[in-house]
Amino acid sequence: MKPANFEYFRATSLDHACELLRAHGDDAKILAGGQSLIAAMNYRLARPQFLIDISNIDSPSEITDESDGVRIKATTTQAIAEHDPVVRRRLPVLANALEHIAHFQIRNKGTVGGSIVNADPASELPAMSLLLDAEFEIQSASDKQVMAAEDFFITYMTTALQSDEVLISILFKAPPENSGWGLHEVARRAGDFALVGSAAIIALDDGGKCSFARVVLFGVASTPVRATEVEDALLGQSCSDALFAEAAKKVSEVVDAESDVHVTDEYRGNVAEVLTVRALADALSRAQAAS
Amino acid sequence: MVDKKKISLNVNGVTYDREIEPRTLLSDFIRHHLDLTGTHVGCEHGICGSCTILMDGLPVRSCLTFALQAEGKAIETVESLDTNGELSPLQNAFWENQGLQCGFCTPGILMSMKAFLKHNPKPNRDEIREALSGNLCRCTGYHDIVDSVVAAAEAAISSGTAKA
Repeated sequence: MKPANFEYFRATSLDHACELLRAHGDDAKILAGGQSLIAAMNYRLARPQFLIDISNIDSPSEITDESDGVRIKATTTQAIAEHDPVVRRRLPVLANALEHIAHFQIRNKGTVGGSIVNADPASELPAMSLLLDAEFEIQSASDKQVMAAEDFFITYMTTALQSDEVLISILFKAPPENSGWGLHEVARRAGDFALVGSAAIIALDDGGKCSFARVVLFGVASTPVRATEVEDALLGQSCSDALFAEAAKKVSEVVDAESDVHVTDEYRGNVAEVLTVRALADALSRAQAAS
Repeated sequence: MVDKKKISLNVNGVTYDREIEPRTLLSDFIRHHLDLTGTHVGCEHGICGSCTILMDGLPVRSCLTFALQAEGKAIETVESLDTNGELSPLQNAFWENQGLQCGFCTPGILMSMKAFLKHNPKPNRDEIREALSGNLCRCTGYHDIVDSVVAAAEAAISSGTAKA
């Protein structure tokens, strides 16, 4: 047996999980899909004293079509979200991002909320949260709050979630009407964590000028990051390959990765720029097709 | 010392009652407590796919699942595929096309492909390769595995059943 021992509690609902967290506090971890946590426990990088299992709560998967976006219950598996018709229609970039997460066997258990609170800076769903202005519904035994994605990610694997709090649901906002999206990532093998990823959304006004731009990179810093300087360089401009090439140079403002065993920091910076150009080009052609 | 927990698991249609430490992985439970050693354990962190089993019909990593999480679910392992020693069409396709060499990865591949072919009964070779990307094989270079999956799909279609 590879994991260290722990005491096991099975929550029957997310409310019940909050009660159990209040009782066991800092030494307890929530177990959802377990696709990151159990791997870390097998390595004994994680040795929680108490595990609160929310993988068998009543109705774990809920996806709701709301006026300003799509709300996904945190315990919904990535596979269910990936194939959900509402997600595919209203948030096609999210559906595409979900397909990039590991392999289908992992997505059958891994949850949408679990990946977000795990906050691996190279993973797709934290980046999608920033791209789609997500709002996180967070609950403890005594309190409820809503937090914006931009306030949630602190640094590597660290979020604003307190030890007695549980992520309940995520509202991913639908991008503007007639917008287009692009998503590109580079990984060593299919299904691996991205070395670098870039996602973009663009909308055009009646005159064909860029009226909305959103660019988010992942795998390039301690959290996913919005490239606001790239966005500013696009707004009000006529989109072209030349404009995208010029704007994408500004990704260097947010790339803050050190060289690691996989690649150098210089490589990451270059790839971030190239992938951003490609993501923008895809977003433009989809926006043109939509309008 | 953590107390043991009683567990009742349905594996291949049989209900097993045991007492285990909560940290017991489903992969270890299947192998050590049920002696169903067809499920292989490779990397034990979700990468290699050898330990893939079906949980309520969906392929998952048994090394990234605690046995206690599988209570109330229907578990299927590679031992469920044959009928009294007669290979299933999927197993037979691997036999006929030499879809294995050492065989270590084969149980995980069979369980992944059983679910994949149910979901996509007429896959092309690219779709098969994509579906195989979560199962590592270090012997074959995958070529004969892809052939085997193609043959299994064709056999299922020609026999008029989607059952793999």
